[in-house]
Amino acid sequence: MDIQSWTFVIVGLSFALYIGIAIWSRARDTSDFYVAHGQVSPLANGLATAADWMSAASFIGMAGLISFLGRDGSVYLMGWTGGYVLLALLLAPYLRKFGKFTVPDFIGDRYYSRSARLIGVVCAIFISFTYVAGQMRGVGIVFSRFLDVSIETGVMVGMAIVFFYAVLGGMKGITYTQVAQYCVLIFAFLVPAIFISIMMTGSAIPQLGFGSTLTGEESFLLDKLDGLSQQLGFAAYTSGNKQTIDVFCITAALMVGTAGLPHVIVRFFTVPKVRDARKSAGYALLFIAVLYTSAPAVAAFARTNLIQSISEVRIDQAPEWFNNWRRTGLIEFKDKNGDGRIQYLNSERNELTIDRDIMVLANPEIAGLPNWVVGLVAAGALAAALSTAAGLLLVISSSVAHDLFKRTLRPRFTEKQELRTARIAAACAVVIAGYFGINPPAFVAQVVAFAFGLAAASFFPAIIMGIFSRRINKEGAIAGMVTGLLFTAAYILYFKFIDPGANNAAHWWLGISPEGIGTIGMLINFLVTGLVSHLTPPPPEDVRKMIDEIRLPRANAIGSYQAEA
Amino acid sequence: MQNRDKKYWQKNLQYLGILLSVWFVVSYGCGILWVDALDSFRLGGFKLGFWFAQQGSIYVFVILIFVYVWLMNRLDKKYEVDEA
Repeated sequence: MDIQSWTFVIVGLSFALYIGIAIWSRARDTSDFYVAHGQVSPLANGLATAADWMSAASFIGMAGLISFLGRDGSVYLMGWTGGYVLLALLLAPYLRKFGKFTVPDFIGDRYYSRSARLIGVVCAIFISFTYVAGQMRGVGIVFSRFLDVSIETGVMVGMAIVFFYAVLGGMKGITYTQVAQYCVLIFAFLVPAIFISIMMTGSAIPQLGFGSTLTGEESFLLDKLDGLSQQLGFAAYTSGNKQTIDVFCITAALMVGTAGLPHVIVRFFTVPKVRDARKSAGYALLFIAVLYTSAPAVAAFARTNLIQSISEVRIDQAPEWFNNWRRTGLIEFKDKNGDGRIQYLNSERNELTIDRDIMVLANPEIAGLPNWVVGLVAAGALAAALSTAAGLLLVISSSVAHDLFKRTLRPRFTEKQELRTARIAAACAVVIAGYFGINPPAFVAQVVAFAFGLAAASFFPAIIMGIFSRRINKEGAIAGMVTGLLFTAAYILYFKFIDPGANNAAHWWLGISPEGIGTIGMLINFLVTGLVSHLTPPPPEDVRKMIDEIRLPRANAIGSYQAEA
Repeated sequence: MQNRDKKYWQKNLQYLGILLSVWFVVSYGCGILWVDALDSFRLGGFKLGFWFAQQGSIYVFVILIFVYVWLMNRLDKKYEVDEA
């Protein structure tokens, strides 16, 4: 069978599986819809969190990005995994004990304030829409590249699938489809990674092959790659170009942002116990680490392979994949000096431009793997994009139905009305996300930095201080979230939209790029919150009791002590 | 909070302090601040700083969470605040 038939079969089977699971796990009430009734096992939640978290960007984009950034790519590897340590140690167990439905719920109750809740709702919806538009776009691109349909059709099919299981099943449907999607995506990522590792280094474990010698050679892969890069005028692969302070701040912003993303946090509301919340954070990071430790290996393999198979090769002898991807416009070659050979250099004599996103998708072809592997990679990329999109849509739906309607506008909503509102909100969100997928606003790529920066500068400090301080009050939290948000948003807006020409290290404040500024926004939030809180009255007694309560795993811990006293 | 609960909380904060220090040292320390110095050592085919930045820190993160789970389960039992 050819690549396209294989892709149809594998993608078709995976979609049938997701729909089957959706029908099996319909939501009956709002608790099912928001948090799967809090009855998900820690292992299943770990798998679902991993799929929820790993998006099209992790699956398709990251390895490609690293293969062109070299050591500087570590900001994504550490940034997108280290946040789980914060999540597991500082947030997940306490939020589970709090035991409600959404992140704005916690903010609203802890800071006994409707305004705080509404700030939470606005942040959650903004962060989620920013993120989800990119996922839908990813779905469209995979469809158009592998199945020869237009991006519009691809987005429509993706919308239909997500609509089906998110609207019908809510969190319950999403959780179990995400478990299946994790299995699909990790298999699809590892099969080519292992094949290539064996071919290049003889080691079946990419993480070890990464540090091994090349097959039939004396030199280590990374030393060889450093040498090749330098010969072509690039920096050595294992050295960095970014300033240390910027690397530090970007890593911190991504870590803290990860821990503050509402669609990740809310997954820990779905397990039965505090103990389970801790354990499932461990499982989640373990499953994520499988991909995140293979990706830098894939990046180095792909980079070496690429240079060796095309540098100074005669264009009429270029490999087949080179010509295939050239046809899509994602590889461009112009024979400037007319010698009929491909010069790939870091100077004006360079004749080759390569879109970084193709590294993972083209990898199986570059390595000459069988056609079914290529189909598998397409299904894996779709699983990554759909699982993340569904988790985000649920955050939008629950923020609207629960926090905006039930808790703010229509407190007398019945259970049935709230569930119906949640379904309608999910349906609307799918349609809007699809629209952005088909007509991406020019700034989609630009605003992803927003999602992490804003989560870092708003939710993270508010939640942490809400748990670890009994003194922080609503005045402090609101002032902190607002200043953190405004500062971060203003800095990003300035460099991305108002004066993009100045977006370079020379103009950045302290040399910190817009990607890293969320770290400073977070510090400002902490500072302002602490200061304002100490100048205003402490929170009421019942809120302080609530804080004592969430710090202890056992149910009604404080209540029972009072009974004894 | 009763005395016993306060002690539980203090112990919890102590664990967090230790685990988060390790978290900081492997990622921000070994992977970022001291990466060039560590690169003069090698771990097989890796420069050591590079290995921490792209592999080692992630392994340590995973281990840290499971150590935390183990420590806290023990602590919950000791202070009788575990769930039924």
